[in-house]
Amino acid sequence: MAGVKAGAEIAAVPRHRALWLRSQAAVRDLWIGGVLLVLIVAFSIDSPYFLTRANWLNTSSTATEVLLLAVGETFVICSAGIDLSVGAVLGVSGTAGAWVMAHGFPNAAGAAIGPIAVGFLAALAVGTAFGLLNGFLVAWAGIPPFVVTLGTLGIATGFGYLLNNGQEISAIPPSVVTFGNANLGGWVPVPVLITAVITIWCGLLLAKTRFGAYTLSIGDSREAVVRAGINDRRYLLEIYTLSGLLAGVASILVMARLGAGSPTSGADDNLNAIAAVVIGGASLFGGRGTVIGSVIGTGIIAVLLTGLVLVNVPPFWQEVAVGAVLIAAVYIDQFRNRKATRR
Amino acid sequence: MSARLAVHDLTKHYGGVQALRGVTLQVDAGEVLGVVGDNGAGKSTLLKILSGAVFPSAGEILLDGQPARFANPAAAHAAGVAAVYQDLALAGQRDVVANFFLGREKLAGNWLARRVGWLDGKAMAAHTESELARLRTRIPDVRASSRDLSGGQRQALAIARAAAWTSKVLLLDEPTSALGVEQQHQVLDLIRRVSTEGMAVILISHQMPDVLKVCDRAVVLRLGQVVATLSGAELTSENLVGYITGAMGEGEQ
Repeated sequence: MAGVKAGAEIAAVPRHRALWLRSQAAVRDLWIGGVLLVLIVAFSIDSPYFLTRANWLNTSSTATEVLLLAVGETFVICSAGIDLSVGAVLGVSGTAGAWVMAHGFPNAAGAAIGPIAVGFLAALAVGTAFGLLNGFLVAWAGIPPFVVTLGTLGIATGFGYLLNNGQEISAIPPSVVTFGNANLGGWVPVPVLITAVITIWCGLLLAKTRFGAYTLSIGDSREAVVRAGINDRRYLLEIYTLSGLLAGVASILVMARLGAGSPTSGADDNLNAIAAVVIGGASLFGGRGTVIGSVIGTGIIAVLLTGLVLVNVPPFWQEVAVGAVLIAAVYIDQFRNRKATRR
Repeated sequence: MSARLAVHDLTKHYGGVQALRGVTLQVDAGEVLGVVGDNGAGKSTLLKILSGAVFPSAGEILLDGQPARFANPAAAHAAGVAAVYQDLALAGQRDVVANFFLGREKLAGNWLARRVGWLDGKAMAAHTESELARLRTRIPDVRASSRDLSGGQRQALAIARAAAWTSKVLLLDEPTSALGVEQQHQVLDLIRRVSTEGMAVILISHQMPDVLKVCDRAVVLRLGQVVATLSGAELTSENLVGYITGAMGEGEQ
C-alpha cells in the first residue's frame, strides 16, 4: 500500500487559470448566470411583452419576496441545514403585523407613521421569534433541521390561520400600500431597493466575514468547527434567526404590496426559495453556496414563471418547469462535482 | 529544570475496564517522544486525556512543573497543548487559509470591521503562506480546497495549523498512516522541524520505522502500563516489537 500514492503531489500543482476563475464558486456563478441570460434572451425573442417596464415591475416585485427568503435559506443550507418554515413564517409574520395595525390602531389615518412602525416591528418580531425557535431546537435540542422546520411550518401556518379565522386582514393604514407600490423613477420599486440593500449586505456577510466563514465551515464539517473551539450552537442559532428575520422583512413587503396580511401569502414561496438556492449552486450537504448564486437562482425561477405565461404556456406548466429545472440543476452540479473530485 | 509535560501515575477506567494502570512519562521541549503499543494498550486513552477530551480517573498532569487539569480540548488548547487526530478535522470544501485560521480568524483593523467580523483575507492568506513555507510544507496554493490536497499535504496542513496555534505540546495520532512513502518522509521531516523550534511532541504510532526515524525516546505501553522506555542504542525495531508483543520485559516488571 505504501508508495502507491507517492506521485499524488503532482496532481495539486497550481492551475493556470485567471485568479478569480480559480474558485469553483465563481465558475458556477458564471455558468448559471449564463443560463439566466439565455432564458431572458429566449423569452425576449418569443414575446414582445417580456422586456417591458410593466413586466419588469411585476416580475421584480414578486421575485424580491422569494429572494429575501432565498437569502436566509442560503445561510441555512450552507450550514448543512434546511428551513422548510420560511414561507409559513412569512405568512404568520405578515398576518400578525396586520393584526397589530388593525386591532391596536383601528382608526389610523393618513401617514400614521407610529401605527405602521409598530405593525412592521411586530411582523419582524414574529419572524425573528420563529427563527430563534428553529435555531434553538436545531442547535441545543439536536433535532434534525428537516424535522424542526417541518414542525414550525405547521405551527406557523396554524397560528397564521388562528389570528383571523383563516382570513386575511386588510384593515391596515392605506399608506402601507402606497409604500409597498412606490417606485423610484418609474423603474425601481421601493421593495426592490430594500431587498437589494439587504441582499448585498448578506452577500458580504456570507463571503467576507467571520460569521459567513463559520456558516460554511459548520456545514462542511461541524466536527472540525467544534474541535477548533468555536461555539457552533451560537452560530447555528444566529443562522436560523437570520432566516426568520428575513422572512419577517419579506412579509412586510408582501403585506405592503397586497394591502393585507394573509396567512397563505408565503405558501408558494417556500419551495421556490429552496429551489432558488439549490439552482444557485449551494450544496444541500452544506459547506458550499453564495448569495450571488441564490440571486441568479431566484432570477431563473422568476423569469421562468413570468416568461412561460407571456409565451402563452398554460400556467400550470410553470410548476412543472421549476421542478424540472431544480432536478436538472442538481444533477448537473453533482456531475461536475464528481468530475472535479475524481483523481 | 522540570519537563515541559509530565504525567504521574495516570489511571483511567471505563466501568470495570482498566484502560490505563498508572502511566508515568515525560517529554521535554524540543523532544519527540514516541508512544507505541498494541491495540488496546492505552495509547488513545492517553492521548484523549492529554488533549482534554477525557478525564483521568486518578493521577497528575504537570505542564512546566505546574499541575494542569484540562476540562475540555479548548482548555488544553489554551494551556498550550493541542492534538492532531487521524481524521485531521479539516473542512474539506473550505480552502487552506480558512482551515489554517479556523477559530482564530484575523479581523480587519478598524472599529467597524471588528463589529461586523470583517475578515482580513489578504493578511490571513499571507500569514498562511509564510507559515506553510517556513515549515517547508509543499502546499502550492492556499486557495485550494483542503480536499483537493494530497493526503500528505492535508496532514502537513493539520500539523502546521496545530503547531502555529499551540505553544508547548503537540500530540500526534498516527500522522503517517495511509500515506505514501514520499509523503511519510515529508510529514516526518515536518515533525522534526516543529520540534527543533522548541515544541514538545508526542507521537503515537504503529509504524516502527517512523518512531525510529523521528523520535528521541519511545515509551512502550502494554495493557495500560509503561513496560519500557527506550532511547539511544536501545531504540531499535527488535526491542520495540519485543516489548509491544510482550516477548521482552515480562520478567522484569
